[in-house]
Amino acid sequence: MKKVYTRPKYLKKVHFHYCPGCGHSIIHRLITEVVEELNIHDRVIGIPPPGCSVFAYYYLDVDMAESAHGRGAAVATGLKRAYPEAIVFTYQGDGDLAAIGTGETIHAANRGERITAIFINNAVYGMTGGQMAPTTLLNQKTTTTPYGRDTKLEGYPIKISEMLALTKGAVYIERTAVNSPANIRKTKKAIRKAFQTQIDDLGYSLVEILSPCPTNWRMTPLEAWQWIDKEMTREFPLGVIKDVTGAKDAD
Amino acid sequence: MPKVLMTGNAAIGEAAIRAGCQCYFGYPITPQNELTEYMATHLSRRKGCSFIQAESEISAINMVYGASLAGVRTMTSSSSPGISLKQEGISYLAACELPAVIVNMSRGGPGLGSISAAQSDYFQATRGGGHGDYRTIVLGPSSVQELADLTHRAFDLADKYQIPVIILGDGMLGQMMEPVEFKHEAPKELPVRSNALRGAKGRPSRYIKTFTSKPTELEEINWSLFRRYQLIKKEETKFETLMAEDAELLVVAYGIAARIAKGAINRARSNGMKVGMLRPISLWPFPTHKLEELAKKTKHYLVFEMNMGQMLEDVQLALGGKGDVSFYGRPGGVIPTPSEVYRVISRLYYRKA
Repeated sequence: MKKVYTRPKYLKKVHFHYCPGCGHSIIHRLITEVVEELNIHDRVIGIPPPGCSVFAYYYLDVDMAESAHGRGAAVATGLKRAYPEAIVFTYQGDGDLAAIGTGETIHAANRGERITAIFINNAVYGMTGGQMAPTTLLNQKTTTTPYGRDTKLEGYPIKISEMLALTKGAVYIERTAVNSPANIRKTKKAIRKAFQTQIDDLGYSLVEILSPCPTNWRMTPLEAWQWIDKEMTREFPLGVIKDVTGAKDAD
Repeated sequence: MPKVLMTGNAAIGEAAIRAGCQCYFGYPITPQNELTEYMATHLSRRKGCSFIQAESEISAINMVYGASLAGVRTMTSSSSPGISLKQEGISYLAACELPAVIVNMSRGGPGLGSISAAQSDYFQATRGGGHGDYRTIVLGPSSVQELADLTHRAFDLADKYQIPVIILGDGMLGQMMEPVEFKHEAPKELPVRSNALRGAKGRPSRYIKTFTSKPTELEEINWSLFRRYQLIKKEETKFETLMAEDAELLVVAYGIAARIAKGAINRARSNGMKVGMLRPISLWPFPTHKLEELAKKTKHYLVFEMNMGQMLEDVQLALGGKGDVSFYGRPGGVIPTPSEVYRVISRLYYRKA
């Protein structure tokens, strides 16, 4: 009988600690599938952030080093500059990449650092208990916007991927979601392309992934998947935001 | 090699390159800009090397963290307010046992302070500086030659003990020019640590982390760090004495303040006063044992610093009440003169008698 589905080679044989319906485990799996397909396991280095995914190094069977909150892009930059043969990716949440780490992220992208950001947008701070994130939707209730996000008080959901697309150093940016088999396949394709962009030495690449957080959204996993389609994608439309990888010279 | 005339800041840069520093990450702040500029000119185009003018001091120290992960010799530099911003990264470097060299050409504080030389960052440097229970090796040079020598030594110590090392200079040392001799040639091959994180090639994957959900695991990490700190205290305490053998009054000063005090002490000696000096070179570990030893003979101490009395506490701790300790300090970036210090010395000397 033909084997059609198995544990990826570079996913460790341990149980995930993630909540039921969480997107992290799916994304971890996709990364390890891509690492295997691109045959880069012996030179890939991941930089996980503080947050729910801080334990990514317990699951991904590749070299990894924890970063301080928001500093992933700077850590990845130092690592890549010191050892350019490495394929370096950061794994960052919305608070990490789009709030506390905005400066590091924008300047790494603008310098065209040859690094890849896997950016998990779930519209809340997950590990700390569901506080407002920079990407929290308008009127969305969180523990620090108990009356719903109000533009007059908390401003607007930040579109960091669109902002990053304005930098010349960023060559590939796509927004995907992991809320349906079709979207999961598209996400894997995007992750693969982002890594390939780095392998080809073209510039900065980022995949923003809309990812369910049923626990902090106070929803069932199914409702969370539907909420991404109905609400999140209205604010954060899916698709390629920037792709100049085809251009002869990224600059 | 013949001596060359250089600013302290440039001498650190040259010494770092000769120590095999491969990656430098900086951010402009006075009075250390000549160092960043030296690296931009002399390191950035060297084969295999990398220089980045980062977007912030926080980014620069985290780039250092990344480069250190990859096993190369790496450095950043700044001055007081910028060093405050780097403390987060220094705490992570200490926790992950990653070597790095951090230069603080300190200036007056608190706040934005002044751009003039000061020693007000002694507490911050010698007590860890960032969050958590950790130490860094802190070196306090007092001449351009010593800046160069200690820069080389800082890289060696960082690698030997897998620890961040702080060079605590000041704006005056950084800006002044003196003849300096470089005792090492740059290595032909840049050194790479054997425990570098460079991908799971021919070995199982590894991870470097500080977070744990088990307090007992973290406690063991703290114990392990502490054991290394004990070893460093035993092996790496460095100091210099000047006419201390028969001194009735001993001046304790480090860095540029020791340089100023030296002039005052020489003048006091020529006027018949038995005054000497202890100059700590390693500020952490502090030469506690040397002071304990000196306390058997010398009863009177003058701690002289360009701050409101920070190393003073280490001297008092070391003496444990056995000596009579006075303090003279000028904070805020004011540079005291040797005659000013001489007046303090002679007043104390004759009062004690």
